[in-house]
Amino acid sequence: MRFPVALRGLVRFAVLMAAVSVVTFWLVSSSPIDPVQANVGQAAYAGMSAAKRAQLEAFWGSDLSFWERYLGWASCALTGDLGTSLRFNAPVTEVIANRAAGSLALMACAWVLSGVLGCVLGIVAGACSGRMPDRVIRGCAYVLSATPTFWLGLVALMVFSVFLGWFPAGFSVPIGMSASEVTLADRAYHLVLPALVLSITGVANIALHTREKTVDVLASDYARFARARGERTAGIVLHHGLRNLMLPALTLQCASISEIFGGSVLVEQVFSYPGLGQAAVTAGLGGDAPLLVGIALASAALVFAGNLLANVLYGVVDPRMKGATAHVA
Amino acid sequence: MSPKIAHHAAEKHHHHTHATGSRHPGGHHLLAVEHLGVSFTMYDPAAPFFSGTRMVSRAIRDLSISVHVGEVLAVVGASGSGKTLLADAVLGLNESNALVTGSIWFDGAPQDAASLARLRGNGIALVPQSVAHLDPLMRVGDQIVGFTARSRAEKHARRERMRELMGAYGLDASVERLYPHELSGGMARRVLLLCALMDDPRLIVADEPTPGLDLDRAVQALGDLRAFANQGGGVLLITHDMELALRVADRVAVFRNGTVVEETAVENFARPELLEHPFSRALWRAMPEHDFDVPAAREGGAQKTVGSML
Repeated sequence: MRFPVALRGLVRFAVLMAAVSVVTFWLVSSSPIDPVQANVGQAAYAGMSAAKRAQLEAFWGSDLSFWERYLGWASCALTGDLGTSLRFNAPVTEVIANRAAGSLALMACAWVLSGVLGCVLGIVAGACSGRMPDRVIRGCAYVLSATPTFWLGLVALMVFSVFLGWFPAGFSVPIGMSASEVTLADRAYHLVLPALVLSITGVANIALHTREKTVDVLASDYARFARARGERTAGIVLHHGLRNLMLPALTLQCASISEIFGGSVLVEQVFSYPGLGQAAVTAGLGGDAPLLVGIALASAALVFAGNLLANVLYGVVDPRMKGATAHVA
Repeated sequence: MSPKIAHHAAEKHHHHTHATGSRHPGGHHLLAVEHLGVSFTMYDPAAPFFSGTRMVSRAIRDLSISVHVGEVLAVVGASGSGKTLLADAVLGLNESNALVTGSIWFDGAPQDAASLARLRGNGIALVPQSVAHLDPLMRVGDQIVGFTARSRAEKHARRERMRELMGAYGLDASVERLYPHELSGGMARRVLLLCALMDDPRLIVADEPTPGLDLDRAVQALGDLRAFANQGGGVLLITHDMELALRVADRVAVFRNGTVVEETAVENFARPELLEHPFSRALWRAMPEHDFDVPAAREGGAQKTVGSML
């Protein structure tokens, strides 16, 4: 028996959410960081009486078993209450919503930039395969893909913020300015450098994959036939290359959401950019289970949405895929 | 059977004998390939991996054929023996590591790589093997029209011509809107032919155009190419099927070990004594109506290749 596509999608989403929350919960509970100690502070914890500690543990529920804690969280989560963040002392949904605004702008910019730039560079390299432009692009891509994001972020900060002074050295808004005075231009100005750094690491991956695919397309039978009918390489890339490159590019682009999210954790840390990534680091180091699970769920939902988007677009782009569903790893 | 063998079929010039329809308007062949050699530089597979020794692999050597106006010349050779390289050379579509020597004349004029490139879709057209030669993501109509039009008016004229041709070749107007994977085998063959006919070619190079068809159906499918030749075009038919070649072509060029050992009229295959080369005679004997006789002792090493060809 086959269920409708939408229902199957919903079931998959529910299973994914449950699995992600259990695993994250388990990881936090097996972490050596004691939430009570981490949140009260080292000095206060040392001077605290045993009874006081037990009271705090009971208050935060850290004396309960793993499953008791998880089921407690899950029953609330089903009603939409994801709990309260220990570190930010606010509802998790509120923290995520605040942080997501900045992060999503950053990630979306990096995502679009890396996709467009990677595709263009990959197609140019593939069309010139073996010649100078190809060698230069490939060389740059290899170097970039071997470069750690955080290191690139540090170098970018040193060069463009410290030495050249073109961009601010961190944060998403100017320091010392009240929230009401911050303009969109200010936010955009602070976004440029982290977005560039975040996108550059994705560019290499997408450019190299697109290049391979371009080489394949140009060596294909239909490209040879087009050439036999008098078309030149540029025409073949334009008329046959782009539409055949679309599908793998879409796959890559949608799959790269998870990579961009992972990269944003490092980039936000380096640039002190208050986003989800930085919040995730804070939550992890502070044993803040509700917030960490919340962020994990949000990011899993984002990646799920990316794959769903790829599935839907596949059907639109490829006439052979009508009714079938693609799977993006 | 012992048909009368006309004088023209036995007389030889330019490495070949003529068929009834072979003509030389303007005093030259439509296509003449002389002493064609194709070799590839590659890493020597026998050398130790890290030595990186290069070698030259000779795929085609000293190959000469001629296509006349109004005839179908079939180049017959075993699958995978490099016949397609001949098509590549005629179309000027050589791999970057290929070294091509010899001379190619089209309509009496000597050709080089640049002029062969100009002739593609403008005098010489290719009819490829299968639907894999069509872009899987583009509607068939757009592909037949192609992208060589320089102006909107020209594009429009080509679309009109496509509709005429589709009508003439019995393709329904709805085929225009289909994608390649939706075509039947017969439709796909006609679509590929129309792609070639769109440009009003003088020579069609057909590279194994009837894969997977039995002999009668293949002969039927090649009727359109036969008609094209009868109307004054030239067809270079590349195939592995000797029987098909004898049924459709005017003349047959026997391809073996990277060269053409004999290029002769189909009529000469009526009697083995009219065939010059021992391999052609071995081929003749190996055909079903001649009892599949593969005389290893008489023809030396020809046996293996004959067996795999038929």
